[in-house]
Amino acid sequence: MATTSSPATTDLPRTPRDLLPVFIAPIIALVALPLVGSPTTWVTLTIAALAMGSMIFVIASGLTLIFGLMDVLNFGHGAFIAIGAYMAMTVLVPLSGWVQSDALSLNLAALLLAVIAAMIGTGALGWAFERVIVRPVYGQHLKQILITMGGLIVAEQLIHVVWGGDQKPMPLPNGLRGAITVGDFALEKFRLLAVAVGLTVFIVMQLVLNRTKVGLLIRAGVENREMVEALGYRIRQLFVGVFIAGSALAGLGGTLWALYRETLTAAIGGDIMVLVFIVIIIGGLGSVGGCFLGAILVALMANYTGYLAPKIAVASNILLMVAILMWRPQGLYPVARR
Amino acid sequence: MSEPLLSLEGVHTHIGQYHILQGVDLVVPRGELTVLLGRNGAGKTTTLRTIMGLWPPSRGTITFDGQSIGGRATPDIARLRIGYVPESMGVFADLTVAENMRLAARLGPPDAARLDWIFGLFPALKRFWQLPAGLLSGGQKQMLSIARAIVEPKALILIDEPTKGIAPAIIEGMIAAFKELKRAETTILLVEQNFRFAASLGDTVAVMDDGRIVHRGTMEALAADSVLQTRLLGLSLAAHQ
Amino acid sequence: MIQSALSGDLPRSRILSFLLLAIFVALAFAPFLFSGSQPINTAAKICIFIVLVASYDLLLGYTGIVSFAHTMFFGIGGYGVGLALYGWGPTWTSAGLGLAIALVVGAVLAFVIGLLSLRVRAIFYAMITLAVASAFAILAGQLSEYTGGEDGRSFRVPPLLRPATVLFDVPFLGVRVDGRILSYYLVFFSALLLLLAALRIVNSPFGRVLQAIRENDFRAEALGYNVVYYRTVANCLAAGMAVLAGAMSAIWVRYTGPDTTLSFAIMLDILLMVVIGGMGTLYGAVIGAALFILAQNYLQKLMAIASEATASLPLIPHLLHPDRWLLWLGVLFILSVYFFPSGIVGKLREMERGR
Ligand SMILES: Nc1ncnc2c1ncn2[C@@H]1O[C@H](COP(=O)(O)OP(=O)(O)OP(=O)(O)O)[C@@H](O)[C@H]1O
Ligand SMILES: [Mg+2]
Repeated sequence: MATTSSPATTDLPRTPRDLLPVFIAPIIALVALPLVGSPTTWVTLTIAALAMGSMIFVIASGLTLIFGLMDVLNFGHGAFIAIGAYMAMTVLVPLSGWVQSDALSLNLAALLLAVIAAMIGTGALGWAFERVIVRPVYGQHLKQILITMGGLIVAEQLIHVVWGGDQKPMPLPNGLRGAITVGDFALEKFRLLAVAVGLTVFIVMQLVLNRTKVGLLIRAGVENREMVEALGYRIRQLFVGVFIAGSALAGLGGTLWALYRETLTAAIGGDIMVLVFIVIIIGGLGSVGGCFLGAILVALMANYTGYLAPKIAVASNILLMVAILMWRPQGLYPVARR
Repeated sequence: MSEPLLSLEGVHTHIGQYHILQGVDLVVPRGELTVLLGRNGAGKTTTLRTIMGLWPPSRGTITFDGQSIGGRATPDIARLRIGYVPESMGVFADLTVAENMRLAARLGPPDAARLDWIFGLFPALKRFWQLPAGLLSGGQKQMLSIARAIVEPKALILIDEPTKGIAPAIIEGMIAAFKELKRAETTILLVEQNFRFAASLGDTVAVMDDGRIVHRGTMEALAADSVLQTRLLGLSLAAHQ
Repeated sequence: MIQSALSGDLPRSRILSFLLLAIFVALAFAPFLFSGSQPINTAAKICIFIVLVASYDLLLGYTGIVSFAHTMFFGIGGYGVGLALYGWGPTWTSAGLGLAIALVVGAVLAFVIGLLSLRVRAIFYAMITLAVASAFAILAGQLSEYTGGEDGRSFRVPPLLRPATVLFDVPFLGVRVDGRILSYYLVFFSALLLLLAALRIVNSPFGRVLQAIRENDFRAEALGYNVVYYRTVANCLAAGMAVLAGAMSAIWVRYTGPDTTLSFAIMLDILLMVVIGGMGTLYGAVIGAALFILAQNYLQKLMAIASEATASLPLIPHLLHPDRWLLWLGVLFILSVYFFPSGIVGKLREMERGR
């Protein structure tokens, strides 16, 4: 803490931590093990789930913060996913030499450039979206939902205009294809990368939210916007910043998601947005930790049921959501509000 | 007489379709503690919120230190060194006491001497420094809320019913704190229902009813005039003592 | 008479009355006024969407609930009747039974979703319905043994409604009255009755409570109304009406499949119709549905011409391509939410008052 006096910490009551929800993930994984049968398949599915969960988290974290901070539910978030992916593709295609090269460093450099382009592009777009679409309807939920939905339609259509409507291949760099084998288990490289990215985003976010003044302001703003303003902070600027960051994260997540599927269409955002909504609902609107946990749960559920009973895979996530909402109607980690 | 620090002239405030403040004229003299009294629903909280810019005034002028602040954004008003302790206290429950204070010190880390002074006034804050503010008791939250408002030197502090639901022992501490603030020449506008508490601190007093100021004068005069008290505050005294 | 049929809720604008009357006449006599199958198809589609959009307006406009699951209920109606006719044979009994099952399923689903989310925050509802509806659509496509999967199911309707059935030997007003025309009137009168019923609901004391909730749910709660109860009932009513619209659609097109009933594109169409027509007026549903479907059918052709005419220019032909029809609708949608939140009907009424 940035204080010169360090008060006594002897008789501090312990901070209660609510860890119960954290145990759901390992329980689901353990229950799935005998059902799946083969341990190697189970490991593959679990890693795939963690990778998918990471990508969903990257996308959902921005949305949940935007909602928490400013009470704005941006249905247009899905457009940033798709646009990010298209921008990354636009960068990757001319770099095909690097993408197909055998040198991992060139592969990663191409990927890094693509991700940067996607994040800058979607960040800038987020800035414009906030100004044009969202700003006039603060505090009006109904209009917000309608307007951001309209924004989503327009953005998706513009993708068709700019990039064409047909399905495009998304070039996955050579060095990220295939798997690393550890004993009997095959760990796909790209999935490991996705997990690493997801964890990094999560850790950086936690550090920012807990250790920096901006992070404290965001958390305080999620709880009580008016009071933050009454302390003299211009929360509008903070919000624009979070909106840009959240959009950029959607762009990053969209890039990863498209690489994972190796193809992309303008509808790519819509497919994953459903899971993203489920994640932020079960996580607790506005909660980053809940969002992370929710993403993992949803992805585990989707991957296990996708293997065990592919036809009802989507329904299983709805059931998961229903079960969690019956247990905790505000989600796993509800955010305190005035 | 010197120009007052804050004055409201004919201020009207609408919340949605409801016309809440109906022409408030209020004067807060420099360096004094002004008490705003009135029964429940009179519009006291709305007045403070209007001053802070949390509700925009629909008519009238609000002048602070010579400049008109009506209709400005809340952060800009707060930056004129106006502190606000809302009725709901507004502590950030998810943040620790330390983090709450860190945010309150907008211009930089809180100064050690000032923190010690605050810890002197409210020792509980020191004990629970690293505890999430949501776990504090109601009285401790109130102390934190006041502490936040004074961690940086302020020209004016708006305080909304700090004694609501607070034990007498802690009220004594609060009286001491406010007296200290007065000594430091901080102007205070205090909304209060507890007349004894108000009378022990107030220099001037204004009484509101139905969105208007119905009486203005010195606290001394009001405290001495029980007939006037009954007429103005009969209801609230009966209800709150 | 008209006053009581409309439950005292008159159009309150001369232009609006005229438009409504024109739509009514055109729809009522469509088989006799226009020839060919395209216009009568359009007319039937308008009837069906009037019901669907009006039921959505019950939620969005009158109760302030945003749901993205309305197509799900539409689909439940379509699949209920369609699969019953497909599986149990083309009789009135199977159609009736299918509809009854669909209504029960729809109401129960609406009740459960409402209970789960309306209790918490209205905004939950938008997200939860979005998730549930898309899961439902995917499920309908996956369970192909029962639903016909992505291809859907074509089925036969009861004999009376088939084109081959001729009712009178002599043509009536120059038109041969066959089962197809009978089907049309079944759809038309169902739509008319349902619309009048909806008007009755929103103008009843129950409807007034809904509007009070929409304006300020805290106040309504404070006045002693059980907000969750009212919202849930409204939700079930709207769902039931959407199920009926789905059944009408199944009877008319003799086909049911994910694209025609469950797709998100239809959900967007409904949203556009409600907002452009005017939320919270029901007449907006009529105007919105009629205008939108006419525009969809005829404007797209115009765009094709414009796109070809500008083929030599950069970008513009792409923007004008008929497939980009949604782009312009999206823009129109945003603009109307900003500038005409009360839609065409609201605007017309304002003009009338302004005189
Ligand atoms: N958000 C709001 N919407 C509608 N009316 C409101 C709102 N907030 C306050 N009011 C109304 O404004 C009037 C004044 O309220 P205010 O909170 O200013 O009173 P007060 O004098 O602070 O009362 P108390 O002593 O009970 O705190 C009341 O009638 C109240 O019902
Ligand atoms: Mg008050």
